[in-house]
Amino acid sequence: MPTNNQNSRRSHGWMGIHRGHKARPMEWLAEKFIFLVSLSAILMVLLIFLFVAREALPVFFGQTNTALVQKPIPPEDLEKHSAAELQAYLELTPEQYAKISKAGLRDLMSVKVDAQNDIPEDFRNDPDAQINTTEWQYMIKPHQWNGYAKPEYIWQPVGQVKKFNLIPLFIGTLKTTLIGLFFAVPLAVGAAIYVSQLARPRTREIVKPVIEMLSGIPSVVVGFFALIVMATVLQSVLRYETRLNAFVAGIALGFAVIPVIFSIAEDALTSVPRSYSQAALALGASRWQTAWQVVLPAALPGVFAATVLGFGRAIGETMIVLMVCSASVVSWNVFDSARSITTTIAAEMAEAVNGGPHYRILFMLGALLFAATFISNLIGDFVIHRFKQKLEGKR
Amino acid sequence: METTSSPVYQPTSAPLSSRRHFRADKFDFWSFFFSGLTGLATLLIVGILVVILANIVYNGWRGFSWHFVSTIPKKDFFDINTTGVLPMIVGTAFRVVVMTIFVIPVGVITAIYLTEYAANNSIITRIIRAAVNNLAGVPSIVFGLFGLGFFINFVGKNMDYVLHNTSAVWGQPALIWSALTLAVMTMPVVIVATEESLKAIPPGLREASLALGATKLETILKIVLPQALPGIMTGGILAISRASGEVAPILFTGVAYYMASLPTHLSDQFMDLGYHVFVLSTQSPNIQQTQPILYATVLVLLLLTFALNIVAVLIRARVRKKLRSMH
Repeated sequence: MPTNNQNSRRSHGWMGIHRGHKARPMEWLAEKFIFLVSLSAILMVLLIFLFVAREALPVFFGQTNTALVQKPIPPEDLEKHSAAELQAYLELTPEQYAKISKAGLRDLMSVKVDAQNDIPEDFRNDPDAQINTTEWQYMIKPHQWNGYAKPEYIWQPVGQVKKFNLIPLFIGTLKTTLIGLFFAVPLAVGAAIYVSQLARPRTREIVKPVIEMLSGIPSVVVGFFALIVMATVLQSVLRYETRLNAFVAGIALGFAVIPVIFSIAEDALTSVPRSYSQAALALGASRWQTAWQVVLPAALPGVFAATVLGFGRAIGETMIVLMVCSASVVSWNVFDSARSITTTIAAEMAEAVNGGPHYRILFMLGALLFAATFISNLIGDFVIHRFKQKLEGKR
Repeated sequence: METTSSPVYQPTSAPLSSRRHFRADKFDFWSFFFSGLTGLATLLIVGILVVILANIVYNGWRGFSWHFVSTIPKKDFFDINTTGVLPMIVGTAFRVVVMTIFVIPVGVITAIYLTEYAANNSIITRIIRAAVNNLAGVPSIVFGLFGLGFFINFVGKNMDYVLHNTSAVWGQPALIWSALTLAVMTMPVVIVATEESLKAIPPGLREASLALGATKLETILKIVLPQALPGIMTGGILAISRASGEVAPILFTGVAYYMASLPTHLSDQFMDLGYHVFVLSTQSPNIQQTQPILYATVLVLLLLTFALNIVAVLIRARVRKKLRSMH
C-alpha cells in the first residue's frame, strides 16, 4: 500500500498488517490477541461491579417484600395484575416467572392464599408482621419494634420478623477500622521514617523485607492468633469485660494493615529527592530535624495516600473480624463487640436463601463495600500520582 | 607510615576530615528522643511478626507429624488421635494449581502489552492500569460474592442449561469456581511482578535483537521473556502464596466443611486449610483440647504460604542484585 507510506505518519499501514516491507499476519494477530487479553483486567472490574450490583438491584428498586401478612390476591384476579407485581408477590426470580404457565401461577397463588390463612390470629395482629422490613426507612432509621421499649436499630435477619437495619453494621465496621488505623498508622509511618531516613543501610536491608513479610501471613492466621493468644493477653492486661471485642479485632486489623501503609509511606519518603535532605543537612540540621521538618512535609501526600489505602484494606478485611467478634450491637464503646459488613456477608450468606431478600441485602452490602474501597483506592492513587509528578517537576 | 592508610580511618590527627565533625556539636535531646521512638516503632512491628511466628512454630511443632499430614480424617476431625489434614492440603493445592493455569498466562500477556506494546500515556493504557490497581484493592469478600453471582449463578447455571444436566453439576459451589475467583483476585499480583521484571530488562537487548532482523514478537518470545523468567516466577509464587491463605473468596464458591474423599473433578467441592483453621478455631466443642490440632494446622498453612513467600522474596532480591550489576 504505497499511499499509506506516503501520506500518513503511521508507517505501519492498514491496521498494522504491513509492518516494514513485509506482510506479517502472524505479528498482527499476536499483537491484537495480546491487546485483547490485556483488556481482561478492565472486563473483570466491570463484571464484578455488574454482577454484584445485579443481585442487589431489587433492594434498590424496592422489589423485595418481607412482610409476613400480605393482602392476598385471589387466583381469579390473575389477569388484573401486571407481571412485575405478580412476580414480586410470589417471590419468584424473572427466569422462574418466565417458565411458569398460567395454571402453575394459579396454583402458586392459591397456595399463597392458604398460607396467609394459616397465619395464627394473634400474630396477624402484630404490627411488625405487616411491614416490609426491606424498605429504606426500616434499614436506616430506628424503628419501634413490638416488644421493645424504645425505637431501636436492629440487625436480626433470622426469626419471623426479619430486621435489616444497617446502622449497627456501619458502626461495627467503622469502629474496628478506626481502631486498626489508630494503631497502625503511627507505627507504620514511624517505622517508615526510621527505615528510610535514619537507619543505617544494612539495618534497612534487613528490616524492610521483614516488615513486608508480615503481609505474607494469611489473614485467617492473624485472626487465629488474635482469637487464641491476643484476646487473652489483652484481657488480663486491660481487665475489660467482654473477652472478644472490637478492640482486639481492631489491633489485629492493624497487623494486617501495617505492611500496606509501611511500604507505601516508605516508598513516598524515599522518593523525596536527595537534594532536599542534603541541603538541610548542609545548613546544619540534625538527621531528625531533616526527616521531620524537610522530608516528611515533602512526602506528606504520599503518607496520606498510604493511610487512605490502608483504610480501604482494613474496611474490606473479613476473616480477622469474623473470627474475633461477631455480635451486632449499637455502641461506640471499643470494648464492646462489633459486627462489620464483611463479617455479616461471610457469616450469613450460607444461611440466606438464594434470591431471597436477605441474600439481596447481603449483595447490596457487598456493593457498598466495593464502592467504598473503589473510592478510597481512587483517592489514594490520584494523590500518589500527583505527588510523583510534582517531585519530577512536571507541574 | 600513617599517611599511607586511608584518610577516613585516620585517628585524631586530621580532625576536620573525619566524618564525625559534620554532625551537630551539641547533644540534641529531641533528635535522640524521636529517633529512638521511630526506631521503637520499627522494632515493635518486627517484634509482632517474630512473636506470631514463634508462638505458632513452638506450639504447632508438638502436634505436627507425618501421620498428621498424611491422614484423611473421619467425620469428627476434632479427635486428636485420628485427625489429619491430607484432604485440606490436597484441596488447597488443587485449587491453587488450577488458578495458576488461568492467572499466569493472562497476567503475563497483560504485562507484556503494558510494557512492550502500549503507548505510555494513551487513554486505554491508563484505564488498564487503573483497573489493575483497582482490582488489587477490592475486598476479598467481594470477590467471593462475585464468584457466587457470576461464576455459579450465571456461568454455571447456564452451562447446566446448555449441557442439559438434570441436576446442578456446574451451577453449584465447585473447585473450578473457587480457582477462577482466586485467579481474578491474584491477577494484579502477577501483572505487577511481571511488569517490574520486564521494565528492568535493558532496552539495548531489544534494540540489538530488532537490529538483527528479528520481529517484535520474536524479540519478545526469544529475548525478553527468558530474561524476565525469574520475575514471572516471583509473581506466580506471590500469587500462589496469597491465594493459598485466602478464605473469604472461597467461602461461597466451593469450600466444604467436611468431605469423605479427596476432590478429583473440577466440579467437586473441596476442603481447605485456611477454612479448616477457621472451623477449628471457632467451632470446636472443646477449644483447650483441640488446640494442638489447631496449632499444627496453622503451622502447615504457614509452611505452605510463608515458605513460598520467602522463596519469592529471595528470588526477587537476587534478580535485583543481578540487574544492578548488569547496568
